Amino acid sequence: MVAGKGGRVNWLIDFFGNPDNWSGPDGIPVRLLEHLEFSGLSLLLAMLIALPLGLWIGHTGKGALFAILSANAARALPTLGLLVLIVLLMGVGTIVPVLIPLVALAVPPILVNTYEGLRGVDPDLRDAAYGMGLRGSEVLGRVLVPVALPLILLGLRIAAIQVVSTATVAAYVGLGGLGRFIVDGLATKDFPRTIGGAVLVALLALIVQLGFALVQRVMVSPGVSQRQTIR
Amino acid sequence: MHEEPLVRWDWIGRNWPSIQVLLEDHVVMALVPIVIGLLVALPLGLAGVRWRWLYQPTVGVMNVIYSLPSLAVFIVLIPVTGLATRTTVMVPLTFYAMAVLIPAVVDGLTSVPDHVRQSAVAMGFTPLRRLLQVELPIAVPVVLAGLRVAAVSSISLVSVGALVGRGGLGYLFIDGWQRQFYTPIIVGIVLVVVLAAIADLLLVLAQRLLTPWSRARGAA
Repeated sequence: MVAGKGGRVNWLIDFFGNPDNWSGPDGIPVRLLEHLEFSGLSLLLAMLIALPLGLWIGHTGKGALFAILSANAARALPTLGLLVLIVLLMGVGTIVPVLIPLVALAVPPILVNTYEGLRGVDPDLRDAAYGMGLRGSEVLGRVLVPVALPLILLGLRIAAIQVVSTATVAAYVGLGGLGRFIVDGLATKDFPRTIGGAVLVALLALIVQLGFALVQRVMVSPGVSQRQTIR
Repeated sequence: MHEEPLVRWDWIGRNWPSIQVLLEDHVVMALVPIVIGLLVALPLGLAGVRWRWLYQPTVGVMNVIYSLPSLAVFIVLIPVTGLATRTTVMVPLTFYAMAVLIPAVVDGLTSVPDHVRQSAVAMGFTPLRRLLQVELPIAVPVVLAGLRVAAVSSISLVSVGALVGRGGLGYLFIDGWQRQFYTPIIVGIVLVVVLAAIADLLLVLAQRLLTPWSRARGAA
């Protein structure tokens, strides 16, 4: 497995230049769609869980400690281990076994950043909104969320990148996605395939990163965007 | 597979010595990147505070690195650092740690109130002494909050290395999967989570010791 000079570049040409890799059930388009399906569904589910919970905790201040502690614990869960365990328990008939670890991965950053974002809103601003006669839900929707939006989007971005990156391991338990190229390539010592898959996943993650930067630029109110963000 | 208990304690007992070897390997591969990451992030963070124009490009590059999938980076590194070596796993983890820690150092240092800095100047502190005795101690909580995130994710990520032959406790996941056997997988998950919890606890303790003036109000 020693590469000669320029070996890796040749591998990339071998992989991406081969027309067989661009069509059929094992082609790049199909694998990419599968990858996007796992990642998108997981992210959507995680958002449905973490956004309302984070908003509620941040707005009411109830259950904050519990949420932060469990989010930190969930961060420590090794995705690969969780995935193989769930697949062994449930079988691979559906994509549900992949979704569970990916959702577990995506919930903590969304939850923690949403909560932190709301908690970090200047209390004077909140009081002023109440003073203007807004009801609780209006304060949340029209003041707190817009001000907290950079942090909320940061949480979503971290979650999306981690999900896209980690969905790769789904291939190890026999599911599809871009990880197939990596796992199959490793198993058959077909290095161009492995490296090609790795490059594809990395590109996808970079595109997600860029996409979120754009969304942030468009969605965040200019009055808020000079705020510092923390990871 | 019928009536198979989830955890077979006798297997754990019989295999404990080899589990211990994996555990040690895991700790080394998770710890070294965090330490090196911090040692690199401190000067880079300082530079970012001193020369603000440097900070945005640095963060941009670090964001790009952070978004590279670990498995992909392990694989691209194999021809350089070798299959199943510690280095292959530790190099990307070091960069991930830096990506979390550089912004933490910069945020920590910029959180020092201006009047505090000016008091130090007025008291005749040299810039170096001001940095070591005033600014860095005040930055400790923010830096440690970053360190907690870096440590926990580093410990969890090492196990992905098992797919390229060197993942510490991650080996247990591969082993359990290949033999369709729950016990190693559960042992691996539990040990990884326990390791992360211990690291997190130690860092919280470190924060208490390093910032005796602050009431215990941990940053998330």
